[in-house]
Amino acid sequence: MIFGIPMVALMGQLLVGLINGSFYALLSLGLAVIFGLLRVINFAHGAQYMVGAFAALLLLKMGGVGYWWAVILAPVIVGLLSAVVERTMLRRLYDLDPLYGLLFTFGLALTVEGIFRYYFGASGQPYSPPKELAGAVNLGFMFLPIYRGWVVIASLVVCLAVWFLIEKTKLGAYLRAATENPILVQSFGVNVPLLLTGTYALGAGLAAFAGVLAAPVYQVSPLMGSNLIIIVFAVVVVGGMGSIMGAIVTGYLLGIAEGLTKVFYPEASNIVIFVIMAVVLILRPAGLFGKEA
Amino acid sequence: MSAKSESHAAPAEPTLPQAATIRAAALVAILAFLMVAPFLFYPIFLMKLLCFALFASAFNLLLGYTGFLSFGHAAFFGGAAYVSAHAVKEWGVTPEVGILLGVAFAAALGLVMGLIAIRRTGIYFAMITLALSQMFFFFCLQAPFTHGEDGLQGVPRGHLFGVIDLSSQTNMYFFVLAVFLLGVGIVWRFVNSPFGMILKSIRENEARAVSLGYSVAGYKLGAFVMSAALAGLAGGTKALVFQFATLTDVAWQMSGEVILMTLLGGIGTLIGPVVGAGLVVTLQNYLATSDFPVTIITGVVFMVCVLLFRRGLIGEFYASRLGRRLGFRPER
Amino acid sequence: MTTTALLSVEGLHGWYGESHVLHGVDLQVNEGETICILGRNGMGKTTTLRAIMGILKRREGTIRFAGQSMIGLPLHRSARAGLGFVPEERGIFSSLSVEENLMLPPKVAEGGMSVAEIYDLFPNLAERRNSQGTKLSGGEQQMLAMARILRTGARCLLLDEPTEGLAPVIIQRIGEVLAELKKRGMTVVLVEQNFRFAARVADRFYLMDHGRMTAEFPVAQLPDRMEMLNRELGV
Repeated sequence: MIFGIPMVALMGQLLVGLINGSFYALLSLGLAVIFGLLRVINFAHGAQYMVGAFAALLLLKMGGVGYWWAVILAPVIVGLLSAVVERTMLRRLYDLDPLYGLLFTFGLALTVEGIFRYYFGASGQPYSPPKELAGAVNLGFMFLPIYRGWVVIASLVVCLAVWFLIEKTKLGAYLRAATENPILVQSFGVNVPLLLTGTYALGAGLAAFAGVLAAPVYQVSPLMGSNLIIIVFAVVVVGGMGSIMGAIVTGYLLGIAEGLTKVFYPEASNIVIFVIMAVVLILRPAGLFGKEA
Repeated sequence: MSAKSESHAAPAEPTLPQAATIRAAALVAILAFLMVAPFLFYPIFLMKLLCFALFASAFNLLLGYTGFLSFGHAAFFGGAAYVSAHAVKEWGVTPEVGILLGVAFAAALGLVMGLIAIRRTGIYFAMITLALSQMFFFFCLQAPFTHGEDGLQGVPRGHLFGVIDLSSQTNMYFFVLAVFLLGVGIVWRFVNSPFGMILKSIRENEARAVSLGYSVAGYKLGAFVMSAALAGLAGGTKALVFQFATLTDVAWQMSGEVILMTLLGGIGTLIGPVVGAGLVVTLQNYLATSDFPVTIITGVVFMVCVLLFRRGLIGEFYASRLGRRLGFRPER
Repeated sequence: MTTTALLSVEGLHGWYGESHVLHGVDLQVNEGETICILGRNGMGKTTTLRAIMGILKRREGTIRFAGQSMIGLPLHRSARAGLGFVPEERGIFSSLSVEENLMLPPKVAEGGMSVAEIYDLFPNLAERRNSQGTKLSGGEQQMLAMARILRTGARCLLLDEPTEGLAPVIIQRIGEVLAELKKRGMTVVLVEQNFRFAARVADRFYLMDHGRMTAEFPVAQLPDRMEMLNRELGV
């Protein structure tokens, strides 16, 4: 017993918190990457997450394509579709006030969710985890469902891979430089417009990947993205969008905070992240890892 | 916000000598129409229109004139709706008191949210207002007095000032019209006041305003609270019109709707939000009976407006030759 | 006279938005030459470089580089053709180290300097290679801005006010670098206000006024033109 809470319950909620945190980390990472280079707040991120989950579902139902393929195909599909959106529509807004980008992606989110809601209704559909990840393992102090453990590990690996890509590779150097001065980078001969499209596709792909991971955990529903995205916004404000690692760490931290709140003060668990956001804004407006004052 | 790609000055167009007269005549004609409208159209529909037109005007006060995009105005609109509904139903106050209580609540909520949100600008401000209003949504979801998913039903209209029976649709309509005119009048007065001028200068060049000694944060907060209070006025009135208050009023979709109304009608114009609200409410009414998904249409209209139509209907009109001939100058 | 010029600009007009800034600029640069564009502030010197490069979006006229027409090419393709641009603000990236800054521009052709050669030419860059790019002094940043273009194999360097704001010792150093580049056959188009510096490094001069070239003369004629230049530039 810890603070009057049985160990099993505490560990159980911590695990839930860690899983939620995995999704918060993946999604806020995607948002941060897109915002960093494109200066656009991608409201459609939740919709891309949802479409990723649906892609996995539909691949299985209509094509008999299983989870392991879906994990790769869904992000690619969503990434390509998003690249088309960026090329044809989103890039016209780069010279304008960034709020227009927010409004455009908001409209995109509404449209995509509306379409899926129209065809699939509002209720959730189940998606089974692959049999390789089914079942649970006994850790002594709790039972750990294998799939949930996979979610945490997979998201961590992907987050770190993206971090490595951006901080340690040549491509990442182009991205970081283009974030500071896109015209200059273009004057070196780097095809920055293509870089922008690729970055948006990468962010969308990350969201879709999160969606596939989420499908067995949360059920696949057209509404799964929209409430999540608002929480992710709060996560991003808490973290500040200055650093990639900051976005990842904040995601996991806030997920765990949410999990802990559920144990000790369940009524507040819905809003604890918002409360933390308010506190951070008062004490340190730039966010925990933010750069601007 | 500014549509930078349209920043070149419109060629000078001579104002028609009769321009002022035409504008005044148009205003009189609109007012006259509003007076007889309840006898031509379904009053509840008109009242809904007026409430949302006021809501959009309140929102535009913040976005169009201060440049702040709030994604959380539903909290003020819906929050006031709940408070007014509760006050009239449970405490038995007269309608005007109920609405005033709603306004007071919205202003207070605006103060609290504003103090937190003003610390960042631009996109961050938008995201913060969204998150804070979502927090308020969850609070409303769980608080007992809102009755959660059912909402507050059966709110009596009561007697205005204890005398005028508002259950008569005609009486209620003229009351709502008066509230609307009052609200829009306040917006107009505010925008043209010294306070409004300073806000405009802050939007154009904040650094210079600071160097001139203005407490920029104070002015921004003042505008935010004013906008919240007027949104509350719209929400409280709406609760009495429909005689219920629900979670829909505080949901983020409602915040999105008011943004759409303002964008469609014309950010930074006085009647733009009114026109936008009119269009959106009419469209929703029309689509409600059909099978057509409203969300998809809303989303598409949003995207089209942002890509092609940023000045909105009234904004485009003001910038057109006819508009300039009639003496209208676009905000920017 | 010349055979075919490496860079040939004829009747170049340019606009910033609605503002018509370049009114028919003519410029010819032969391979291996160092050209200097002189002129007072605001006459269009920087704009000319940006128009040649393709950073200025709205331009009309003829720009030919190495036999290829540059008008109509997007910015990154101009660079790939062999044009290298070093802006006035230098543009060193704060999120990259000195070495990352140096290695950033991709190779556009063979014949660029190797990293070893660059560190030979700019020893203080070698010392600071792992520092954050913006921690360097102004002069070192200018060296870095030039060095990274030299790596790419660009055939023609467009330098915008390289000596601006720098101490005389550094200016001397930059002059030495330009002399070294000249030995290697690099073509340079220089925009400079520092007349004394320009007089030491340039082969030919253009004088620019209100968006067009008003004079052109080789360095040999410089003494004869001094009075005119005094008048125009106030040197």
